[in-house]
Amino acid sequence: MARRVAIVGTGQTHHKSHRLDVNGREMIHEAVTRALEDCELTINDVDAIVIGNMDHFESINCVDTWSVEGSGGVMKPILKVSTGGTTGTSVAIAAYYHVASGLFDRVLAIGWEKNSESDTTGAIITCSDPIWDRFSYSGAIPSLATEASAYMKQYGATQKDAARVAVRDRTHALNNPYAQMYNRPISIEDVMESAMLAYPIKLLDVCPRSDGACAVVFAAEEIAGKISPRPAWFKSCAARHTTTWFGDVDYDTGLLSLQRAAREAFDKAGIRSPADDLDVAELYLPYSYAGLKWIEALGFCGPGEGPRFIWDGNTDMGGKIPMNPSGGVISTNCIGATALLRVAEAALQVMGKGGKRQVPDVKNALATGFGGCWWSDVVVLSKDRPS
Amino acid sequence: MASWLENEEILTRKGQIAMPYAWSVGEVGSRFLVGLRDEKRILGNRCDKCGATYVPPRKNCGVCFHDLPDDGWREVGPEGVVTSCTVVREDSPLAPAKAPFAYVIVKLDGADVGFMHVVRDNLEKLAVGVRVAARFREAREGSILDIDSFVIL
Repeated sequence: MARRVAIVGTGQTHHKSHRLDVNGREMIHEAVTRALEDCELTINDVDAIVIGNMDHFESINCVDTWSVEGSGGVMKPILKVSTGGTTGTSVAIAAYYHVASGLFDRVLAIGWEKNSESDTTGAIITCSDPIWDRFSYSGAIPSLATEASAYMKQYGATQKDAARVAVRDRTHALNNPYAQMYNRPISIEDVMESAMLAYPIKLLDVCPRSDGACAVVFAAEEIAGKISPRPAWFKSCAARHTTTWFGDVDYDTGLLSLQRAAREAFDKAGIRSPADDLDVAELYLPYSYAGLKWIEALGFCGPGEGPRFIWDGNTDMGGKIPMNPSGGVISTNCIGATALLRVAEAALQVMGKGGKRQVPDVKNALATGFGGCWWSDVVVLSKDRPS
Repeated sequence: MASWLENEEILTRKGQIAMPYAWSVGEVGSRFLVGLRDEKRILGNRCDKCGATYVPPRKNCGVCFHDLPDDGWREVGPEGVVTSCTVVREDSPLAPAKAPFAYVIVKLDGADVGFMHVVRDNLEKLAVGVRVAARFREAREGSILDIDSFVIL
């Protein structure tokens, strides 16, 4: 029987396009220091560390050992977990496993990236199959553009519908001083007039490249309440990977990995009607069209209903299910940290530490991770200790 | 063996990924490299908690896990003692010098950690315990190789 686990502290850097003032290890130290300060622990209280990023962005292939001076991993158990875009949720889930197993009481999860150090698309391409997929279709934009155009054809969704998602996230980023796009709001016209990258994706439909790190402290049920008066309980999680071949994806059935992961995580957490039972969602939406299609996979609305659901304001601050109060991935994307930021931001909401971006009275919060080739992680956090 | 392979061979696909990187040296590392470049000085910094003096300098002490103080900066070296060495006999495109040369770890005077560099000359005199001194390049660009090598004293 797994132990109950809660998040008791979070920390993140102020994300920027270039953090030339620090190297990656020093940037990690900033996030870890902030997470420890948040829960008033010292590094000596940490029993184990899980860290992750994507190797090719910095060309540092042993980040677990290379980073110890910054992570606090000197003379501690430390593991690297790297699963592409889902790395951040994977380190969170792995830290949860560490504590739930009963072997460790306090575990630090760290995600980080310095996307300024290389060519992001060039590095992402090295994740796909070198013989069959790398020549044509890999990297962030082409596969997402194909998904988007298929969705538009299937349901009649428009570029303006997607622009509304980008505007929402950038508007929410007005409340988040940590976001790279803090205080840089955009309009639907701005999105529509921005450069076309690959139809139908335009520059303002997609995430930026960021330098940043995030750290989250997980604690066992016996001590979580002593560390934090209001911890964010880790209610459930699920991970699903589908195919390795880009050509095998059936775009017309929705994002299958997210559907399946959500079904499992929601079943475990007792979430029956996501739009009613969840109070806030921090979603890994790397481009605007995902904010239409993928919320259908999560069951917030039916197939093809994404655009209507968005235009009706349901996902805005003050709406039925506010999405991405942090500004989301469209406002900050330090890739190895990105999914952990979703978990940290969901935890902030549960713990009532959201500041200007706080959604009132959050009981259940959702965080997701996404990686190519169409992988999904789902995490549900709750104010209530799991039964 | 499948019959179609009797007159064919199994293929491989050649790849050579050339990915340019621009690694952030950071404020602390930059101060060290600027010291090499502009003043031919080797700077370290000292942890006010455990007392260790690091070179190259660190932003935070990995053991004590706190930021090192600004008043902890100090010049170390340029002389020191060899604590470990090996002579390289084969050339490699990745090596910083032409063989034969030696990789050495030098405990610079005033530092508590080893400093990795190369010795090019008088290799027959190289041994653990010999004293060496940094020799700077004439044309310096803010790199660890602004120190050309260490020379045996």
